[in-house]
Amino acid sequence: MKTLFPFFTVITLVLLVFAGVQMANLQFLFGVIIPYVAVGVFIAGVIYKVVKWGSSPVPYCIPTTCGQQKSLPWIKQSKIENPSNTFWVIIRMALEVLFFRSLFRNIKTELRDGPTLSYGSDKWLWMAGMAFHWSFLIILIRHFRFFSEGLPFPIHMIEILDAFLQIGVPLLYMTDVVILAAVAFLFLRRVFIPQIKYISLPADYFPLFLILGIAISGVLMRYIMKTDIVSVKVLAMGLISFNPVVPEGIGTIFYVHLFLISVLFAYFPFSKLMHMAGVFMSPTRNMPNNSRMVRHINPWNHPVHLHTYEEYENDFRDKMKGAGLPVEKE
Amino acid sequence: MAKFSAKPNDLSNIDFTPPKTEWTETPVEIREHMYCHAAKTKDLEAVEFPNVHDWRPQDEDWKLPANWENIILQGMQDLLKKYRSFQVFMDICVRCGACADKCHFYIGSGDPKNMPVLRAELLRSVYRGNFTLAGKILKKIAGARELTVDVLKEWWYYFYQCTECRRCSVFCPYGIDQAEITMMGRELTNLLGLNIGWIAGPIANCYMKGNHLGLEPHTITSSLEFFVDDIESITGIKVQPTFNRKGAEILFVTPSGDLFANPGTYTCMGYMMLFHELGLDYTWSTYASEGGNFGFFTTNDMAKRLNSKIYAEAKRLGVKYIIGGECGHMWRVLNQYMDTWNGPADFLEVPKSPITGTVFDNAKATKMIHITEFTADLIKNGKLKLDKTRNDHLNVTYHDSCNTARGMGLLEEPRYIINNVCNQFHEMPEDTIREKTFCCGSGTGLNASENMELRMRGGFARANAVKFVKDNYGVNTLANVCAIDRATLSASMEYWVPEVAVAGVHELVANALVMKGEKERTIDIRLEPLPGKEGAENV
Repeated sequence: MKTLFPFFTVITLVLLVFAGVQMANLQFLFGVIIPYVAVGVFIAGVIYKVVKWGSSPVPYCIPTTCGQQKSLPWIKQSKIENPSNTFWVIIRMALEVLFFRSLFRNIKTELRDGPTLSYGSDKWLWMAGMAFHWSFLIILIRHFRFFSEGLPFPIHMIEILDAFLQIGVPLLYMTDVVILAAVAFLFLRRVFIPQIKYISLPADYFPLFLILGIAISGVLMRYIMKTDIVSVKVLAMGLISFNPVVPEGIGTIFYVHLFLISVLFAYFPFSKLMHMAGVFMSPTRNMPNNSRMVRHINPWNHPVHLHTYEEYENDFRDKMKGAGLPVEKE
Repeated sequence: MAKFSAKPNDLSNIDFTPPKTEWTETPVEIREHMYCHAAKTKDLEAVEFPNVHDWRPQDEDWKLPANWENIILQGMQDLLKKYRSFQVFMDICVRCGACADKCHFYIGSGDPKNMPVLRAELLRSVYRGNFTLAGKILKKIAGARELTVDVLKEWWYYFYQCTECRRCSVFCPYGIDQAEITMMGRELTNLLGLNIGWIAGPIANCYMKGNHLGLEPHTITSSLEFFVDDIESITGIKVQPTFNRKGAEILFVTPSGDLFANPGTYTCMGYMMLFHELGLDYTWSTYASEGGNFGFFTTNDMAKRLNSKIYAEAKRLGVKYIIGGECGHMWRVLNQYMDTWNGPADFLEVPKSPITGTVFDNAKATKMIHITEFTADLIKNGKLKLDKTRNDHLNVTYHDSCNTARGMGLLEEPRYIINNVCNQFHEMPEDTIREKTFCCGSGTGLNASENMELRMRGGFARANAVKFVKDNYGVNTLANVCAIDRATLSASMEYWVPEVAVAGVHELVANALVMKGEKERTIDIRLEPLPGKEGAENV
């Protein structure tokens, strides 16, 4: 159920495009209106979410320290894992965002006879995560060629590097293979590892199917079901210049690709995909462990009821005097 | 309730297969030996908590206030507005599962709701249903759940099966911290008067009497006088602790457990011997006689109320700075919360060791240093005369407390000390120490007796690593810097690895510390014969 529902949702989305484009000639809707709306929802939604997060304060300095603190000068501080200033926090965050450092630490716990708990390195999730996110990013950058006059040099360089294996015509992009493999892996682990299957929700399968749909439609378009790429560029340039035109002769597969991307964009702010922005705002990672050196301020640090020393002495004065303890009032 | 009697071999036979039914469709079963008794009403009333009432976890009816759903939802709303961590952690989890097998309670129980990700989903599902658009519209499809009595019971059961150790947070690619989520969950249960006795008793004690154990001023002084006598029989030296003394240079605050129960008392004797040997101008306080903070396991406000005593007392006594004893969560509180709550400590001076002249710049705002920072500096500067051989009967490993490791980063200081006072030291496997250390299994106020199965399950991962060094290197002593550890690890060692004893780092220091004018030692701090020294007087 939790796998099938998102699967058939994506299938329905695809069929919707076929129906809309081939039977009802809704090219303008799928090629212009929906993409604009999706991007609008994406931008507004992400801003809304980030502003909402930002409007809740960070009352305490709560980094998760993963290494030696700064203390005595002769004890070597682990500056990345336990940063005490902003510079090293930026390094820690950069490693987290760019290389998924925490996930790289992953270990697998196993209970063996004995009983003995054993811990083994387990980098599969890290590898799949890196492969997926980086190939996604490279593919996204490659697509900027559709939105720019001519072919900017950096994008051309990325295309050349991505295709450096020189296989087939058109040249096979490695990232196309990698993203399909990575998404497949991320899906299969949710199906075959019982614990991961147990914790998975429809909201975990849906984006996987959606991205798989986007990747497959893109691959089909490039390698098999060719579409008129010049017309696609005309459409893209029209969109980006707010002068939308829908040229004739673009295959339905393109509209499938574009529609699934639009759905992904519109879905993004309301989903777990917001981890893209959230990772920057996680207080356990983006703060220095310097709260003994610099006072952290809590904006809502309200007064609380206290039991003062005076009250304490009133409760225990006789016992204190009996025990020879000094008192404020005789 | 029948006494907990499961044998270690049965308990370590753990089934990790998830249930057939989805977790959302699997109602909570409040199992004997896995939960703590409800708080006593008098304790919660003493600290003015809301909706205090008599109830029992095993009962069907928890006697909740009529508008309890509103109280919870309003409470969630308030917490979301107060804590960015809560808001972000509710929104961004991708359920990758990296945290799943990192939790000592999951490892020891196989209960999937002990996977940090699911424990958080218990709260997240209600968040989605009530605070997100997708959840309100798509309901179950978006992973949303309604808030029902069963859900509330599930929260209570599982948020009191989390020790806020933060191990999951180390492995999370976004740093999502289950400790933070459990803290929010416990704030919410406390709005309805649903606390546990083992936490409520200590907070009421600490609020009214200054320490968790409820030791009154004269009991504190007499406890320490016992130690004075013991120290005299061991060393021939009479140490002279002072109490509530104005004008002392240093206020010393340690968990009250150190004053009360073995083996913490040996650590306490260690502090007293060390300070005496240095001629340190320090005082104990009976008002601020608690370093630990069980308030931290209830609500933020309660923690702040208990913590306030330390600075208030430092100010009243006019000391220059504060030294804190060996404790785990105490140090997360002192490091990450104290100054924010009750600072600025502008009436104190930046700590400077009167013996070595070292200035502790790392505590220049809080003006409170950890005893192992202080002692490590003494040793590094050659200020202590140490006879390591007096610990030769001990083969030591070191347990990092969750909070000093992951909420502070105090990793090398205790190790440096141990290596300077002991000849035999062996680390446990690297995936079980430092930032990856395992909880003792009974932190955050879960060290009661009625939940012994939970505690032994939670302590299994730590104990198993101790067993490894026991089997491979003959380790017989588990050193640590935490008062809760000293109590709880003693119990879990007795259950899982009975050959290993538990000791505070300053107990080891005390054994090795050669004091000026001391007599030839024939017994250690535990008043047990020192091997090889028994016949010393007759030679």
